[in-house]
Amino acid sequence: MFGVGGGTSSYAEVEDTDFVLLWGSNARAAHPIYFHHVLKGLSKGAKMFAVDPRRTASAKFADLWLGIDVGTDISLANAMSREIIAANLHNKEFIEHATSGFDAFADHVDEYTLERAAATTGVNANAIRELAHGYATAPTAQILWTLGITEHHNGVENVLSLCNLALLTGHVGRWGSGLVPLRGQNNVQGGGDMGALPNKLPGFQDVADDSVRAKFESVYGGPINPEPGLHLSLMFEAMARGDLTALYIIGENPADSEADVDHTRKLLAELDILVVQDIFLTRTAQLADVVLPATVGWAESEGTVTSSERRVQRVRAAVKAPGDCRHDYEIIGELAQRMGAKWTANTPEELWDELRSLSSMHAGMTYDRLETEGGLQWPCPNIDHPGTPYLHGWLWEDDLDGRAPAPFSLTRYAGPKEQLTDDYPLRLTTGRVLDSYNTGVQSSGYESPIRSGSHLEISPVDALNLNLVDGERVSVSSPRGRVEMHIKIEPDQVAGLTFSTFHFPELVDLNLLTNDEWDPLSGTAEFKAASIRIDKLPIGTSRG
Amino acid sequence: MKEQGDSQVSVHINGIKVSVEEGTTLLQAANSAGIEIPTLCWAENLTPANACRLCVVEQQGSRTLVSSCSRVCEDGAQVLTDTDRVHRSRKMVLEFLASSNDLSQSPDLVAWSKMYDVDTERYKAPAKIEDQIKIEDDLFVRAYDRCVLCYKCVEACGDDAQHTFAIAIAGRGFDARVSTEYEVPLPESACVYCGNCVGVCPTNALQFKTEFDLRDANDWRPSEQTVTETVCSYCGVGCSLELHTQDNHIVKVTSPSDHSVTSGHLCIKGRFGWQYVHAPEFKPREAP
Repeated sequence: MFGVGGGTSSYAEVEDTDFVLLWGSNARAAHPIYFHHVLKGLSKGAKMFAVDPRRTASAKFADLWLGIDVGTDISLANAMSREIIAANLHNKEFIEHATSGFDAFADHVDEYTLERAAATTGVNANAIRELAHGYATAPTAQILWTLGITEHHNGVENVLSLCNLALLTGHVGRWGSGLVPLRGQNNVQGGGDMGALPNKLPGFQDVADDSVRAKFESVYGGPINPEPGLHLSLMFEAMARGDLTALYIIGENPADSEADVDHTRKLLAELDILVVQDIFLTRTAQLADVVLPATVGWAESEGTVTSSERRVQRVRAAVKAPGDCRHDYEIIGELAQRMGAKWTANTPEELWDELRSLSSMHAGMTYDRLETEGGLQWPCPNIDHPGTPYLHGWLWEDDLDGRAPAPFSLTRYAGPKEQLTDDYPLRLTTGRVLDSYNTGVQSSGYESPIRSGSHLEISPVDALNLNLVDGERVSVSSPRGRVEMHIKIEPDQVAGLTFSTFHFPELVDLNLLTNDEWDPLSGTAEFKAASIRIDKLPIGTSRG
Repeated sequence: MKEQGDSQVSVHINGIKVSVEEGTTLLQAANSAGIEIPTLCWAENLTPANACRLCVVEQQGSRTLVSSCSRVCEDGAQVLTDTDRVHRSRKMVLEFLASSNDLSQSPDLVAWSKMYDVDTERYKAPAKIEDQIKIEDDLFVRAYDRCVLCYKCVEACGDDAQHTFAIAIAGRGFDARVSTEYEVPLPESACVYCGNCVGVCPTNALQFKTEFDLRDANDWRPSEQTVTETVCSYCGVGCSLELHTQDNHIVKVTSPSDHSVTSGHLCIKGRFGWQYVHAPEFKPREAP
């Protein structure tokens, strides 16, 4: 945000903040040790408001839970902005000093009245007012979010709406105030940092910039294509058109994880060549022409990963990998060599030092320092730099550090792509549970005493209307597919909303149902909002 | 934002003058001067419970011995950590514990018993805790014949870390035990299997099933184990893990209690989700 691809704050800051706004995140289950830091903050007196369609394990710790209708986040955020301005609680000095576009923004949000937002979001107008006032008047405040914000067709606009709130109140760029997207995977931050993005080289340097490319080319020893590549969703569209016919997948299982997964499997099967590099023969690997068996990155190999607080930390080999498995960096290096590249960096530390020479935000992070200092937070531009606990302190500097002020964004409410209909009258949203992880490739390796398999959580009201009993096996359909699964009546669930996970694709192929409408700005699919129908199964088949 | 206390106080510990920040405990002050004091119920990632009385020291002017883990340094205090009176008290605490519990799996307690010349036979025909070991799942076991009621597990499960409150001390006197609600088996309790109770247990009353099975097979060899620090493979929080390995196999997972991300605490995935590393192949769950 504000031009940098990472969260603004350190975990320790949430222990010192006055106000926590948890939005579209069930961190208690999905980021449990981060939530320990939140709990420390709450113990010290911070207020917490939770915005989530579900009354999650996290929301139960909140002073107030706002049970928003799925996909109406922008309406709520803009109504908060309007209320903050109308009540004269915005930080005029900060807005004047560090932002641009305020007047247009104030005009833009003027139509988002509390009453209108209440009708759109399903949240009581007084609760929205209380949240707006609480957030605006707190000395320090943080907004935390995860996929409940981003896995929508307009996920980027959702994020920008939250950024507006921070700019309006000055809750950014200071210790205890910030915008905190929690990353779902142990190195999704590091992947982006290292240039695993269609338009960026390592350190978020633009691939279209001639001087940037020249710098990398001189070290990599070959030309770099100046054209930005494709993100995942565009790749699948290119496969559907027949423009993309060869795919090399490293450590990902799209044949289970993609929305509208039946469509994905067909596209993968039709490729001319599919190469999969993984530690297991996943459903994706089973479709491959060539499988490259890899070692386990964090336990059998050396390197670094980067966390949600931009902390680069070392991973180390504790055990020797079985058979002929090879490290990811060896496989990639060998492939490059066969293609004629002459790379000089070969060991993990040599590769890291090469990165440090090319990416200034990593330049000060030697392996020695990562070892002795418990990791370092980027940017860390030189060997004496302590790393950066929070970003955007420049917003408070006299001359903005010579930068342009941070712009407000005009975001418009648009509900989920897939509206509820008579044929598909219930909302399906997806998420994670505490003891499992994504498509279960890793987490199915251990027996969890608290694992209950894959079921569809529904409200008591909907169960009654559909004449269903707890545990009943039912047919669940969306416009894209149909599965059979057990229901679980969840007293906390809001009527009209259902919830499940895709941790157990062998048990329930849930992504047959989810919607692959994706955000044109991020490429992320709308996993959070599909429409479904539940049908009873014929007698004699429903108790299986 | 919380202000750091900036006023200093000075204490004399065993004649050595130690200057520390106000609010520092005697234990921290002593440790900073290189003076060791035994502790059982104290841990750097928990608030002091004052349960074990092993860390007691003499403070001039105080009628009774004081527990150094929780007593805050008072300016000018004269403290002695190694007197006969302190020794006698610690010896008695250890003898009481040894009379009722099996302390053999705690290397610290074994060493202190030697250091304080503990007579394990001092109490003839003592009351022994002889509870059946509880094996209720694949992740960890509870052997309460080794439990000294130090409260660490209760605190880690409660408001010092996990905020799950699945366990508490139930019963009184000799019948006091760590218990789930109504003594239900752990899988039926509020437990979320973070294993943070196991992580802080000083006597091995709580131990990972992997360790228990290896001990049971007489194959637990700590001297041959290595510990490697790495980062968890699941969510993006970046928890620091210590992988304890024996014979090229992970046998347990801990986290350093001084790490800024974890403070030594983990979740079920970080603590127990490593087993796929040793799986011969990906085994999807069978449809019911």
